[in-house]
Amino acid sequence: MFGATGSGDTSGFGGLVRAQATAGSSERPYGSYFDDLADDLERAYPDFADAIERVVVDRGELTLFIKRARLEEVARILRDTPSLRFEMCLGVNGVHYPDEVGRELHAVYPLLSITNNRRVRLEVAMPDSDPHLPSLVEVWAGNNWHERETYDMFGIIFDGHPGLTRILMPDDWPGHPQRKDYPLGGIPIEYKGATVPAPSERRTYR
Amino acid sequence: MSTTDSYASSRETTEGRVYSVTGGDWDSLVTEIGATKEERVVVNMGPQHPSTHGVLRLVLELEGETVTEARSGIGYLHTGIEKNAEYRTWTQGVTFVTRMDYLAPLFNEAAYCLGVEKLLGITNDVPERASVIRVMMMEFNRISSHMVALGTGALELGALSPMIFAFREREKVLDIFEMISGLRMNMAYIRPGGVAQDLPVGAVTRIRETVKDLRESFKDNAKMLIGNTIWMKRTQGIGYLDLAGCTTLGVTGPVLRSAGLPWDLRKVQPYSGYENYNFDVITTDTCDVYGRFLIKMLELEESLRIIEQACDKLDSLEGAPVMVADKKIAWPSQLSVGSDGMGNSLDHIREIMGSSMESLIHHFKLVTEGFRVPVGQVYTAVESPRGETGVHLISDGGTRPYRVHFREPSFNNLQSLSAMCEGSFIADVVAAVASIDPVMGGVDR
Repeated sequence: MFGATGSGDTSGFGGLVRAQATAGSSERPYGSYFDDLADDLERAYPDFADAIERVVVDRGELTLFIKRARLEEVARILRDTPSLRFEMCLGVNGVHYPDEVGRELHAVYPLLSITNNRRVRLEVAMPDSDPHLPSLVEVWAGNNWHERETYDMFGIIFDGHPGLTRILMPDDWPGHPQRKDYPLGGIPIEYKGATVPAPSERRTYR
Repeated sequence: MSTTDSYASSRETTEGRVYSVTGGDWDSLVTEIGATKEERVVVNMGPQHPSTHGVLRLVLELEGETVTEARSGIGYLHTGIEKNAEYRTWTQGVTFVTRMDYLAPLFNEAAYCLGVEKLLGITNDVPERASVIRVMMMEFNRISSHMVALGTGALELGALSPMIFAFREREKVLDIFEMISGLRMNMAYIRPGGVAQDLPVGAVTRIRETVKDLRESFKDNAKMLIGNTIWMKRTQGIGYLDLAGCTTLGVTGPVLRSAGLPWDLRKVQPYSGYENYNFDVITTDTCDVYGRFLIKMLELEESLRIIEQACDKLDSLEGAPVMVADKKIAWPSQLSVGSDGMGNSLDHIREIMGSSMESLIHHFKLVTEGFRVPVGQVYTAVESPRGETGVHLISDGGTRPYRVHFREPSFNNLQSLSAMCEGSFIADVVAAVASIDPVMGGVDR
């Protein structure tokens, strides 16, 4: 704060160190309906072990990390297997982790099964240098706009999308605003007789 | 500046130069169309069109009166709320997200705060009184939101009086919001850990009176529209979207329930103690605009039922806390509503400025720096008036969110417009848009 490096904190309160949650995979039993779900998926999808990088159960939510080449297969299995039946995909959300070298961009799909009243989250990682992902519009048509938004904001290219164009930003906008290396403010925009101030970095409590 | 314009000729008069705009452009267009023997016209409806609910742009390809292709263009109200939230503390995030879907601010706040609480692991520590107040406020908000949907929806189809009634009712709800939070919209009232401040003295009595009043005045609109021949002719069988269409397009809320599926997150995945209230999930099986209208109309009564039960609970929870006990999370200030809106209570100012230096330091640290949230990601969802409002929150352990993403029901549901409209008359597009009830603040974020 105020140009200080480090936390700038002298009280000790702000320097509170919390244990970092491990990003490692969870072990069975997962608890709740997650074991059933994983069993059903393994039965319906023989390549389970190969396609799924890891399974994370955290705060009562199940996340399946999937290899991107297998994403569409897994999605179809999750949708079509009677015991799984995830009829709805609630969109896709991008996340940018610039520090995870080789896995900078993540795409996160929250799925919902109305039949079984269950939720599961799919997460796919890809490198910044090759930001391609198979489109799931064929599986869940409602992902159309969500994929366009993720492309717009993160630059993830969904191969097979029927019309992957920007949706929220203007068509000729350079850059992808939700990436971490994209600043808040300071982007030159045409104003008459006004300039755009540099982004403020005064308040960074980290 | 040039004085010649191909579309606007001008002449000098005693009062100055007068321009007359002629439709030269239109004439040449008609001739051109006549030459090609094609009856297709592409019409841009919006983004500044009164019946497109804010700045929604519809690109309609017409063949005569029939819409052959409908595409919506969005993004005119994109304000970068998700990006901005990454640069502010978790508590300040509430002030941002409340501005997304501005007709349902409390649902955005609730979804966001439930997510932050889940990340913090304090979901079960939120005091019961806070949860009851949240439920009551959300149900009032559902009424005010449905009132705008019904009022403007009717207005767009040419029925003027329902709008007057609907906004009269909405005003009563907004008065309640003003009494409790000091603000009529974008209140940032629900905070991580509870709510910003307790109800003012005499609030429950006034809420009960308002509920009684609303129940009476809802009848005006019901009489005006339910069973009205013109209204039914404009809405029945219009904007058809069946269950398969809804699920593949991810459509939730009244549109999904109009396809006959009783899917309401308040019932099936309860949050904030919704499992302790008696209410019904309203469905119709008509899959059309009329069904969605009817669902909204009947949900008003269900909301009133929930509010009444919340009032009973509030009576028995008089004086109970409305914020988590953890002083590392709960803001130290007890806010209160003064004559100029919500602010710090004078008692708290007296304490931090007059008697306790430690309180001042604690207040300063917590308000400027914020609390730290453990690493992880969560997805929480609430049933907003328009469907599932989902929040995907990611924390890297800092005092600010790493990523905030809203799965807005308006954004998602608006995709279904093409499916509802293609093949219908252009006049029915307006009815279909109104039944989806998109709020562009939520669509564009």
